[in-house]
Amino acid sequence: MKAKRKTGLVLFPAFDWAISETHPEREERLLYTQDQIFEEGILDIEGLLEFNPSLASTKEVGRVHFCVPKAESVVTESHYISAGGCITVAEAVLEGKVDCGFALVRPPGHHAMRVVHGARGFCNINNEAIMIEQMRQVHGVDRVAIVDTDCHHGDGTQNIYWHDPDTLFISMHQDGNTLYPGSGFPREMGGPNALGTTVNIPLPPRTSEEGFLYVMDRVVLPILEEFKPEIIINSAGQDNHYSDPITAMNFCAQGYAKLTDKLKPHIAVLEGGYSIEGALPYVNVGIILALAGIDYSWVREPDYDPEEVEQTEEVRGSIIRTCDFLFEEREKCGQKREKYLEGKEFVERSKTVFYDTDNIIEEQKEVIRVCRECAGVLKIDSYADTKNHLLGIRIPRKSCKTCQEIGRKWFEEGNVARFNLVCLQDGVNDEYYVKRK
Amino acid sequence: MIVGLDVGGTHTDVVVLQGKEIVRKVKVLTDEEDLLKTVCFGVFQAIQGLEVKSIERVVVSTTLATNAIVQEKIEPVGVLVASGPGINPWAYVIGDHYYPVRGAIDHRGIELASINDSEILEIGKELSYKNIHNLALVSKFSVRNPSLEFKMRDLLADNFQSVTLGHKLSGHLNFGRRIATAYLNAAVTQISRKFYNAAKGCIEKEGIQVPLEILKADGGTMAQEVTEQYAVETILSGPAASVMGTLTFADRTKEEVVLDIGGTTTDIAILVDGVPLLKPLGIRMGGFNTLVRGLRTFSLGVGGDSWVRLEGGELKVGPERKGRALAYGGPEPTPTDALVALGLGQGGQKQRAIEGIRRLAERMGESLEEAAEKVVSKTCALILETVNALVERVNQQPVYTIHELLKGRQINPSGLIVIGGPAKELAPRLESMSGWQARVPPNYDVANAIGAAIARTTCEVTVLANTNRRHVIAPEEGYVDTIDWRATKKEVIRIAFDLLRKKALRLGAHEENLEMELLEDNEFRMVQGFYPVGRNIRVRAQVKPGLIYPYSEAGA
Repeated sequence: MKAKRKTGLVLFPAFDWAISETHPEREERLLYTQDQIFEEGILDIEGLLEFNPSLASTKEVGRVHFCVPKAESVVTESHYISAGGCITVAEAVLEGKVDCGFALVRPPGHHAMRVVHGARGFCNINNEAIMIEQMRQVHGVDRVAIVDTDCHHGDGTQNIYWHDPDTLFISMHQDGNTLYPGSGFPREMGGPNALGTTVNIPLPPRTSEEGFLYVMDRVVLPILEEFKPEIIINSAGQDNHYSDPITAMNFCAQGYAKLTDKLKPHIAVLEGGYSIEGALPYVNVGIILALAGIDYSWVREPDYDPEEVEQTEEVRGSIIRTCDFLFEEREKCGQKREKYLEGKEFVERSKTVFYDTDNIIEEQKEVIRVCRECAGVLKIDSYADTKNHLLGIRIPRKSCKTCQEIGRKWFEEGNVARFNLVCLQDGVNDEYYVKRK
Repeated sequence: MIVGLDVGGTHTDVVVLQGKEIVRKVKVLTDEEDLLKTVCFGVFQAIQGLEVKSIERVVVSTTLATNAIVQEKIEPVGVLVASGPGINPWAYVIGDHYYPVRGAIDHRGIELASINDSEILEIGKELSYKNIHNLALVSKFSVRNPSLEFKMRDLLADNFQSVTLGHKLSGHLNFGRRIATAYLNAAVTQISRKFYNAAKGCIEKEGIQVPLEILKADGGTMAQEVTEQYAVETILSGPAASVMGTLTFADRTKEEVVLDIGGTTTDIAILVDGVPLLKPLGIRMGGFNTLVRGLRTFSLGVGGDSWVRLEGGELKVGPERKGRALAYGGPEPTPTDALVALGLGQGGQKQRAIEGIRRLAERMGESLEEAAEKVVSKTCALILETVNALVERVNQQPVYTIHELLKGRQINPSGLIVIGGPAKELAPRLESMSGWQARVPPNYDVANAIGAAIARTTCEVTVLANTNRRHVIAPEEGYVDTIDWRATKKEVIRIAFDLLRKKALRLGAHEENLEMELLEDNEFRMVQGFYPVGRNIRVRAQVKPGLIYPYSEAGA
């Protein structure tokens, strides 16, 4: 057997790590997936290369996150390995060792936002974002697209790239009215400097293969075509599966393989998916075969019954309406941008973030500079009920002179008597600065 | 006394050992067309005039199965595979009589779809009509539940001379390799049966009454009586024999590299604390990946007879071999000739070697010594580069736990054990270039036969327990039992060692040589619907490749 596309695989089931004894994110999660991969002889396929994950460094984490109060308190070895595994795959792709790759790692990352006070949605740090910023700072990649096909809205990734016009973030997920984290609606389209580079397609419960592939053809592929990314990343959560215990969708292994085949991501990263016996073994094999360009037509779940998961007329109609609405809203991005440019120099937004896994509440106020030349300097004032108070400043990678100056000034003025932590992410010089009490 | 015999491509080496003494050392020419004659003649020559009654053990390592596979002199096999969902079963097609059939087992060992009896019987008829007498019956996940393989066997066995069931050959997961391994096993079963029965008969005729043992690719032995069940395991025993022959000489507290420098190739193996490393899943043979346990050896196309020439002004050594060295009547210069030119090699036509190297030196614009020196350095450099790459690859072997990733043992060799024709001449050079101590064992010219003589019986078992379903199984061994819902890993390990001991004894081992160890012991808490329901325990154990008592003792 030979892969049509050389495919890299980091398979790191972390058999010695769990959030807690009976938590879905536990040692057993990828056990049966590994069994299936081994039994199918996937690692013997010519052109399929397996790599051990590297460990991400605190520097790499600091490019993306403000860890509060510090990295060691919210990031453990398992997280460094998970993010490091993504970097391993990404570097194999960029160095031309493989054409594409799959980081089958845990713990997941797509609910981790810019500021990290703890774990939310089983995530501490954002694996994809850490990988992307490594590709940018070290390997000179610029435009990147992330297509998040996890059943939960990728709110962490959305938050990190909300203001970045060079990162297209598309998430298709179960409607936030019916599932954690409750966000990801079509009107969420990005910040003032990045309107239209965030795309959300909420799908009704019981969406099946037909619906997912419809959204791929109608929304995802055309927007990708227009954006022209250098690298496409798939946040490949597998909890849209009909057997998943914590969601309500009707997707299947064949569907995941077809979706992967249509998307042809350079890098796929495992996110959620907790039907560990009935779905993951088959979905993962389907994704790997599709990436490698090998016949996946025989991949299906033992209990798969197409009639049982067939999409209703109602679901079909709802998806079509969502897509129509999405494109209507996208039409308005240009106008909105004009309004911002005519309006105030600094735009504010406030929100409350709940860390469900660690039970922490964070109050956040964010200020972005509306900028004609760059992604705009960003300031975050974040207070959590752990009594940690952060002032985080971010100078984007391709920042203009003015934004850089403002960012440095904000940092200097950051008062450690008021904030117990003042941090600056300097994307221009790839540096991270911290001031503490 | 112990007799060890290793069939090589040109020569067959035989030794007779009495304690630490080599009482006989015989080299006979190998007759590829009649290996039986070679083996019998070799043993005959070696024991001439010795007291046959005091022979306690006879071990042979042959190229029978290897040659049959490589030269495609194997018998046709009907291959029936029940794949169920997954990779298209036609991706694993092997041989000319391959039949994907209905039936499926999943990763939990649950039978999802049974086989269709009439489909199997139909195929059976077709195969009989085609005059095919060997069967390989394989299902996906048969190492979790072999029921489909058994059902197929029950329907067909009566009409075939040999039947190989996939799950009997290895407990490892890998459907494609299981198919290939079962196919190759079935293809060489009858050839092996005939050969070893005849070999046994011929040593009996010499008055030797002890069981005959056969060397396997993992450097262990098995009794001749069981060879027909595991015929495929005898492939590639040659390189393993040589490695085993160096073990009495190995440092049991270090990591070392064994170099067997032959005419065409150099075989490289790694020893960790005096135990050779095995391939993680199985060896590759005749273009097929298999589940056959085998030493992790690597064959590099550089040896004493490698073709030495200039290509675009650059000095090249191998991988081609044009014939023997000039010194021995060959057509082209070789590393052996360079050694002769430096006054290092013994024997042969010294002048021919010098002339050949001188012609090379002239084109290089250097003196004879300089050129010869460069050839030797280049040869050693190629070998050492490959050693480093191999060590690197072993160190990058995938691991699946945080503990192993952060704390896993890294191989860092500190010594070389060099055997083969030019071992003595090259060892000092290899030592100075690598910084590793290079040693040449005494009797390095018959290390292979010594290895066969004193290798112990090895084997492996895999045991799986599921305390939720309250069962414990070792399908390879035909073992199924119930287990208490509170059972722990400790109990499963005990079962594994128990089964391993029984298996080893059945394969011909002696109690004093059962050096057993765990290869894998994993325990997972299983949760269903947020409640713990039991444990999934997986244990794999082996009798380590090594030497029989007393050779296994340090300083023996």
